Amino acid sequence: MSEQLEDDIIICRCEDIKLSEIRQSIADGNLSTEEIKRSCRCGMGPCQGRTCMPLVAQELAKATGKPLAEISLPTFRQPVAAISLGALAGGERHE
Amino acid sequence: MRQTDIAIVGAGPAGLMAAIQAAEMGAQVLLLERANELGGQLIKQTHKFFGSREEYAGERGFEIAHKLMDQLVQLSNVTVWKNATALGYYPDGVLSVKQGNSFCLVKPKKLIVATGASEKTLAFPNNDLPGIYGAGAVQTLMNVYGVKPADRVLMVGAGNIGVIVAYQLLQAGVEVAAIIEAAPKIGAYWVHASKIQRCGVPILTGHTIKKAYGTDRLSGVTVCRLDEKWNQIPGTEQDFAVDGLCLAVGLSPLTELLWQAGCKMEFVPELGGYVPWRNADLLTTHHNIYVAGDVAGVEEASAAMVEGKLAGLAAAFALRYQSENFAALYHEAKSQLNALRSAPVSAKVCNGLCKVMLGEAV
Repeated sequence: MSEQLEDDIIICRCEDIKLSEIRQSIADGNLSTEEIKRSCRCGMGPCQGRTCMPLVAQELAKATGKPLAEISLPTFRQPVAAISLGALAGGERHE
Repeated sequence: MRQTDIAIVGAGPAGLMAAIQAAEMGAQVLLLERANELGGQLIKQTHKFFGSREEYAGERGFEIAHKLMDQLVQLSNVTVWKNATALGYYPDGVLSVKQGNSFCLVKPKKLIVATGASEKTLAFPNNDLPGIYGAGAVQTLMNVYGVKPADRVLMVGAGNIGVIVAYQLLQAGVEVAAIIEAAPKIGAYWVHASKIQRCGVPILTGHTIKKAYGTDRLSGVTVCRLDEKWNQIPGTEQDFAVDGLCLAVGLSPLTELLWQAGCKMEFVPELGGYVPWRNADLLTTHHNIYVAGDVAGVEEASAAMVEGKLAGLAAAFALRYQSENFAALYHEAKSQLNALRSAPVSAKVCNGLCKVMLGEAV
């Protein structure tokens, strides 16, 4: 496979992050999914990493030689799905 | 803030069953569903289920969903919120929820997480071309909305989902060029796999996608063989002119709420990824949080329903609700689950479960 083709593979489709950017982030010394996320926004879009993080974990496992079981996932913060500021600012709906 | 005995996140097979059982014991139940329809994946399943009559064998997924919904509406102590997404779980036991476009807080005494799983994907060149779908999307388009996803499809994954969806594509009048599978053998039940092969669809094991191509949308896929170390073998490329590529390459449990609650988690590949430790009643290491269905480990919908039943019974029992037939239902559910998992094809799931099972319960 040509390198160009491989570099352009989309890993995080929410934030449009390519495989080359993930590999660059790892080469820059980001050796956890949390650091990769902070360095390039991978996993910070609407799906919150549900699609890309397993792929990022695989890439990390390959680069570090660690088994997948030792690659931890980034922290899952609230809210886990998008909510408009209007809804939040409206405060809690009382019943 | 809304108070309730039991909140259940997710109204798929596990969540619906949990709601019915807990409510029949007398508990006040709040059932939260992200979609605007109940039933989860069941509503797009047009194939007949296996198992025994207790697990609705011989019936189609969407019919089972309707049956469960009919049971649910009979129960006045169940409140259903549709379009309601759980956003977070906090240390004081409060669940934040987005319902429609409003923000609300729920404080349940017990929480049953039945969020299911999300589809895995693959990294290959041009994996963002229109025409490349997950198997869930293909089922939604075809079986829920009656939309033909493509004219000629290559299926990736010869597990049950891949093989069943390939057959449903044929039923919808879509040509299936082939099913490719990276593993050296077919994962699906033989009855499904042989049916699709009798229809003339080849299953190529030990194959992977090398690349997809097309300008504005998918026009073809190049596949190649894998060696025993999963490396692509040069010179084995094969081309399929297709306008649809369907990925059925596994599911990962949707565990965000469990991580937030501090449940002890473990990476178990046999179960799809990180899953919670739990006891035989589906209680996690958090004393108020139960799990049921794919979030506890990816399995069949039949197992999800029985887990839902068990979790619903156990959560209501823990709140001191009782019913005459509790003991009978509880033991029946446990033996159903054992029976479902006794088949040789369940060996993998059983190996996985051993790694996250806490001591006995109730």
